[in-house]
Amino acid sequence: MKPTKTLLTAAALATAAGSLSAEEMTIVSWGGAYSNSQLKAYHEPYSEKTGVTILNDDSSAEAVAKLRAMNEAGNITWDVVDVVAADAIRLCDEGLAMEIDPDTMLAAAPDGTSAADDFGDLLVSDCFIPQIVYSTTFGYRTDMVGDTPPTDICAVFDLETYPGKRSLEKRPINNMEWALLCDGVAKDDVYSVLETPEGQDQALAKLGTIKDSVVWWSAGADTPQLLADGEVVMGSTYNGRLFSVIEEQKQPVAMLWDAQVFDLDGWIIPAGLSEERQKRALDYIMFATDTQRLADQAKYISYGPARASSAPLVGQHADLGIEMSPHMPTDPENAKNTFLYNYEFWADYRDDIDAKFQAWLAQ
Amino acid sequence: MTDASQNAGPMLAADGTPLKQSLARSLRRQKLRALLLVAPLLLFVMFSFIVPIASMLFRSVENGIVENTLPLTVQALSKWDEQSGELPEEDVYDAFVRDMVVAIDNKQHTRLGSRLNYEETGMSSMFRRSGRQLNKLDPETDGPFKDQLIEIHDGWGDPKTWAVIKTHSPAVTNGYFLNAVDMRRTPEGAQSQPEDKQILIKLFGRTLFMSLVITASCILLAYPVSYLLATLPMRVSNLLMILVLLPFWTSLLVRTSAWKVMLQQQGVINDTLVWLGLVADDARLIIINNQIGTIIAMTHILLPFMILPMYSVMQTIPPSYTRAAKSMGATNWTTFWRIYFPQSIPGIGAGSILVFILAIGYYITPEIVGGTKGVFISNRIAYHISSSLNWGLAAALGTILLAVVLLLYWVYDKIVGIDNVKLG
Repeated sequence: MKPTKTLLTAAALATAAGSLSAEEMTIVSWGGAYSNSQLKAYHEPYSEKTGVTILNDDSSAEAVAKLRAMNEAGNITWDVVDVVAADAIRLCDEGLAMEIDPDTMLAAAPDGTSAADDFGDLLVSDCFIPQIVYSTTFGYRTDMVGDTPPTDICAVFDLETYPGKRSLEKRPINNMEWALLCDGVAKDDVYSVLETPEGQDQALAKLGTIKDSVVWWSAGADTPQLLADGEVVMGSTYNGRLFSVIEEQKQPVAMLWDAQVFDLDGWIIPAGLSEERQKRALDYIMFATDTQRLADQAKYISYGPARASSAPLVGQHADLGIEMSPHMPTDPENAKNTFLYNYEFWADYRDDIDAKFQAWLAQ
Repeated sequence: MTDASQNAGPMLAADGTPLKQSLARSLRRQKLRALLLVAPLLLFVMFSFIVPIASMLFRSVENGIVENTLPLTVQALSKWDEQSGELPEEDVYDAFVRDMVVAIDNKQHTRLGSRLNYEETGMSSMFRRSGRQLNKLDPETDGPFKDQLIEIHDGWGDPKTWAVIKTHSPAVTNGYFLNAVDMRRTPEGAQSQPEDKQILIKLFGRTLFMSLVITASCILLAYPVSYLLATLPMRVSNLLMILVLLPFWTSLLVRTSAWKVMLQQQGVINDTLVWLGLVADDARLIIINNQIGTIIAMTHILLPFMILPMYSVMQTIPPSYTRAAKSMGATNWTTFWRIYFPQSIPGIGAGSILVFILAIGYYITPEIVGGTKGVFISNRIAYHISSSLNWGLAAALGTILLAVVLLLYWVYDKIVGIDNVKLG
């Protein structure tokens, strides 16, 4: 009797241990409405299909620093991490994210197009699996701009026609580009001008013309709040945040899509996971980034799916019942004049220009 | 008497061992037991306080990455004169390719690129781009490499690139500390940063100045409140105490956000002033996103840390002293200034130290209400920890901040005397 019992206990323990590690994974994201859209579009169907329990951790804002610390401590507790493309590039550079082969690790489109072609140029790093295209763009108070609502990014720098405060992000990225665009630099030349100290000074000088009228934000929720309170007449933020101010909270705010800056957000898998966990993470990624799933996410939040094949499948908002396509940053009507964020440039110049920018702010 | 002289040897305990030994053993056992009792605390302090601080101190000077990633190159570069303005010879390029092939295999080259990018903009992409082509080279057969490397990226044909690698190759560096005081390490020695990039010294100064202002305004506000708390009848003072503690128990973020609602231009205070006609509608006060906003919000948040020690000290001041002074003809002011105030100083001291040290390292409140002119050095430390990943610089800034606090503590001890601090 005794040996059998021990054996049974051992078997039970092994199953318990096995199922514990097999049925749980920690997915890191940004929290709020965005995590909720992932929960509905990815996590719930995936748990239903595989029985894996998904734990959420809203730590994406500090993901790079935390992953680095975990790596140094030799104990990585995250399985899949949602980060912006610039962070993915840095994690890849630091050897903290594993490299992904799109053709074997990601699902092909329903019509057979390979994942690499379906994502196309959006595969900006060897470790990055794009998920959404979002944009940083401006919203303005419709009741504070008189009869001439702004249609042009340079309205931000036009204090005469549009008096009042504007909110801009407290970092050089995007602001420097917009300043140069409105200071007569051609779109294609922006980054070559910004490479030079003179170009950086030019951008700061242009920003200097509105410096006294700027409220600088550091959290994505700041501009929506400032707009809703009438504290600013216009302000930059992520387009999904503006969507919820306009469509969900019905505030008198409208979008100024001109010169919106496209950026990407997506997944990375931390380097150094155990084989079993890595397999599970890859299985999740294969599921969550297929054509249908990416299109599903757009039912809950107004960010464009990163696959070309997902765009035609975008439908209506799950609760509001409005068509989502016209609210996508990638919609042709909105994307008449867009600006593409240059990852490599900012990976190089970020620290240098940030130091200058902060010194300029403190003056 | 005879008995005693017969037993002249050592005194024995009941079990036959010498008494001295037996006593020492039981004392040792007691000490061990006491040590075991405090062991959890000791270990906790060790791992949560001493180890992190030591690791921060270490990180601020540690720079092994260059030498570990490019060992042969660093050796070869030691013979090259970076002042000559000429490119290094083929041996350096050859060593570099050998190092890089190993580094690319271990995925270390991009990490080194990020490290060197803190010193010279452009290094990050140079290492990343070169890495893609360099791993196709075989160091044994494909040489010489000088022209091939310059072909791959013209940065390798710039003597400055090699000078940067050489300057930052020592395993222990003062570079981060120099950066932390707006200077930098160059082949010609320490130099100050270009003027348009100098910000950290300014932030240190601002942090100290604003922390002093916040401490002073906390003293001014807390003194009368603590006095009332200590002297009013129990029933009233308890109610007052709850009013002091209630905000203390509320989440820091909620309180800070509440100040945003209060202070902004379309906020409660401005609306009230406009409604009262004290301020014109088009000239609303700007009391947030600047230094005033930070001072107001932080004074409010840190006030309980001043009130509580003051209150507990004032409670111990016997009222008979002031009555005695008055009975001998002292005016109210003299009584307060000569009798009451000196006895309350230890409370002010304790509160000031608490508030000042908390204020100097504050991060989230200045970030939310500080705008551009009300941010502290800790906001810059946070940037280097989480955004730029320049942990060496963050550690150097943290170390300097720690040193400043210790220095101020020492000055305080010299002037006021640390014995003169009481928490009750």
